[in-house]
Amino acid sequence: MGEQKYKKVAYYPGCALESSGHAYNASTKAVGKELGLDLVEIDNWNCCGAMEVKNIDPKIQTYLSARNLSITEEMGFDTVMAPCNGCYHNLKKAEYDLSHDAKSVEVNDRLSQKAGHKTYEPGKVETIHALDWLKHAVGEEEIARRVKNSLKGLKVANYYGCMYTRPRHIFPEKDKGPGSESTAKPHFMDDILAAAGAQNVDFPLKTACCGGAHSLSDSDTSTKLVLNILTTAEACGADVIATECPTCHTGLEMHQIRAEKVMGRKTHVKILYFTQLLGMALGLSPNKVAVQENFSDARPLLKEKGLA
Amino acid sequence: MTHRPRRSIEEITDRTDRIIGAPTEALAASAPALADELLAMGEDVLDAWLIGKGQTPTAELSEGFRLLAQHRQAARGNPSFNACRETCRELVYHHNLIRLSPTGEDAPRNIRLGAMVLRHLALFVEGKLVADGLGDFCCSSRPIRQGEQAELKTEAL
Repeated sequence: MGEQKYKKVAYYPGCALESSGHAYNASTKAVGKELGLDLVEIDNWNCCGAMEVKNIDPKIQTYLSARNLSITEEMGFDTVMAPCNGCYHNLKKAEYDLSHDAKSVEVNDRLSQKAGHKTYEPGKVETIHALDWLKHAVGEEEIARRVKNSLKGLKVANYYGCMYTRPRHIFPEKDKGPGSESTAKPHFMDDILAAAGAQNVDFPLKTACCGGAHSLSDSDTSTKLVLNILTTAEACGADVIATECPTCHTGLEMHQIRAEKVMGRKTHVKILYFTQLLGMALGLSPNKVAVQENFSDARPLLKEKGLA
Repeated sequence: MTHRPRRSIEEITDRTDRIIGAPTEALAASAPALADELLAMGEDVLDAWLIGKGQTPTAELSEGFRLLAQHRQAARGNPSFNACRETCRELVYHHNLIRLSPTGEDAPRNIRLGAMVLRHLALFVEGKLVADGLGDFCCSSRPIRQGEQAELKTEAL
């Protein structure tokens, strides 16, 4: 039946889920509601520091992420769920840095005092990803029991991107044997979607780089990397690439279009957030999980598979 | 250490495209040789990176493979290179799959997938090389490395 402590958690959507990743936000909330889970958005949250601040000064990024953890704690939560890989990574990195780096502790303390809020101390809040949340709060057995519209017949390549598992040292809970996530071969998304009836394909690029950070500054490289991910997924027999990161998702969608326009390479595989697939399996309508917001129009495929 | 001529990344991506597009029968007929060629081209890709960084590529093996030792060498002090760690391991895995069953019906498919994995490694390293002359490409770990030397902007706050 899942672990009680994850049934009501603080929710940190992050900037992307309020813009390009809106469909991920909508589908995550819809799935949570359908499964009886509570997400309480943290008050007055700020950017996690993403890539931009991190590239200027990593200590400021650590502070920005720590502020969100501090608010989470002040709200009385010991767990915060961040569905975006970038946010998840940065919150975990802040936790690690504040446990291991005296200079980070000093900067965080100084800036927290100046900003007038409590200094976050490591160990007070656990950061989890949406995959951890569903895996631990609900679990495959319960998901399978709740499925109303099986994903049976849908071949899925699960794409985790590069930030969900790297660097390994900031994810101490991973690689702990049965039941834990693997950094080398992540499987939580595979497990969840298999419970919803999907046929996962063996996809060798599930943690490969999508070129997301250079999507604009070096578009050609990003397009080539994405095209290779798309063609490999198709070679593996996938109908759909399931994503769990708004940056990867947007990159796959936009560069799928760009690959066709600039390189004349058309690919047919559809790109959907894993929460959209899970939501439809739980009986939610495609509109409820915001499938219409995706650039990659999966509606004909979903109709063909009886999901829409 | 390899004594054969190294291929450029451009030659490697061209070759992978040809392998991926080759007829199934042709792949089946040369499965063991193609498995070795894919792995050797992976080593060439990492050689390009290491030489570009002014290092001498290692001749040692890690878990029985030079490619994995090269990756370990390349990632030392440069954590962003870990973004291709699993790609290297997948290349080794596909090499093993083909070598274990070179006449199996899956061999041509595994060769194509191995070539796609190799192409990803080549594109990733090429991107890193091109970005700004051995500059940073990966977003996730750059600050971890930079953090050791960076002048903290926070000092001014």
